Amino acid sequence: MSPRATTPGQDFFRGVWRENPVLIQLLGLCPALAVTNTVANSIAMSLATFFVLMGSSILVSTLKKLIPGEVRISAYILIIATFVTIADMVLAAVVPEIHKALGAFIALIVVNCMILGRQEAFASKRPVGRAILDAAGTGTGFTIALVMMGSFREILGNGSFLGYPLFGDAFEPWIIMILPAGGFFTLGFLLLGFAWWEERKKVPVHPRHWPHGVTVQVDPGEAAAAGGSGAAGVRARRSEPMSRKED
Amino acid sequence: MGELMLIFVSAMLVNNFTLVLFLGLCPFMGVSAKVGTALRMGGANIFVLTITSMVASFLNEYVLVYAPYLRLISFIVVIASLVQIVEMTIKKLSPALFRELGIFLPLITTNCAILGLAIFQTNRGYGFVEGLFFAVGAGAGLTLALVLMASIREQTELADVPAVARNMGLVLIVAGSLSLAFMGFAGLFTS
Repeated sequence: MSPRATTPGQDFFRGVWRENPVLIQLLGLCPALAVTNTVANSIAMSLATFFVLMGSSILVSTLKKLIPGEVRISAYILIIATFVTIADMVLAAVVPEIHKALGAFIALIVVNCMILGRQEAFASKRPVGRAILDAAGTGTGFTIALVMMGSFREILGNGSFLGYPLFGDAFEPWIIMILPAGGFFTLGFLLLGFAWWEERKKVPVHPRHWPHGVTVQVDPGEAAAAGGSGAAGVRARRSEPMSRKED
Repeated sequence: MGELMLIFVSAMLVNNFTLVLFLGLCPFMGVSAKVGTALRMGGANIFVLTITSMVASFLNEYVLVYAPYLRLISFIVVIASLVQIVEMTIKKLSPALFRELGIFLPLITTNCAILGLAIFQTNRGYGFVEGLFFAVGAGAGLTLALVLMASIREQTELADVPAVARNMGLVLIVAGSLSLAFMGFAGLFTS
């Protein structure tokens, strides 16, 4: 992480949306694609990952003075593997059918690069309180991404949400969405959608030229500051047609 | 023999690690921009998967029967250290081979595909020889997926792609189409 100071709020919210692990940083794709065919699986996977991330962040942050720099990655992986073993056993005992559906992917939380990344980038350098906030934020971001994908895939692929049918019998489920290919497509389209949204925000709105030399110009900064309330960022001004070149 | 070929083909095509089971997605997204690199990455993967399979059989047979709860931790530690040793050995013995494959070894020691292989092998109760066929099949499948992806990405470099798709979005959609194609292999085995 950059050395500049961040506020506790930033530590939390950074992981939730702006640096969302799955949707922006593309970390932890393996579980995000593999187990999101139903909402219930997504939630179980998110909770397990949240627990592992939180546990290892607290431990790494607490032990950061004791872990020698040369073997820190191995130490982090050992810590993570310990928490994953706990999560694996707890899930097997509490929700056996979901544990069976997730299969080997619970164990594979160990190699989720998102978790190791947070240890290396954040928990190993910051106090425990901040590490907890960061883990909570990143875990929430991961949960949002997984539940989002799980909802898309279950609603379209099975016509249900959390097992409750949403549509009548006339609905023909898109089987493709709950198959492996659907995972790639869902995340692909989500990323395309976000890229399109970013692109739209970034490109300065072209002044629209109305007849009679009236130019309506939207200032993106002002429009954003006004919270998209519309007219606040728009100002109309008269200009000569020749002034277009300066714009 | 038929049983072993079944394991091999199933791991390579029907249950392709990358396109069907989503294992090893990091290299699939990260190192699939050029066919040459993808081939070498695939080779390194086959190599590490084979080592992993042998280690996992050994551990399952002799160590983990006494302490099954240590499975995850011991797999990770033993595989990572062994690959590290092999990497150093290759560097010493054959610098040329190291330049070809070696730089990928540390990258893939802890990737999903490696640990996934060890866990699947254990869950399915494969022995030493079955495990080897499973590992080589999985590695071949990974290589196939990587090379296919890299070939397509080399083409998209030249194509007139809309600006919003010039990121991972396009790669994921292409991967989805490949995954769709690989579903066809499920019809290979009727019984």
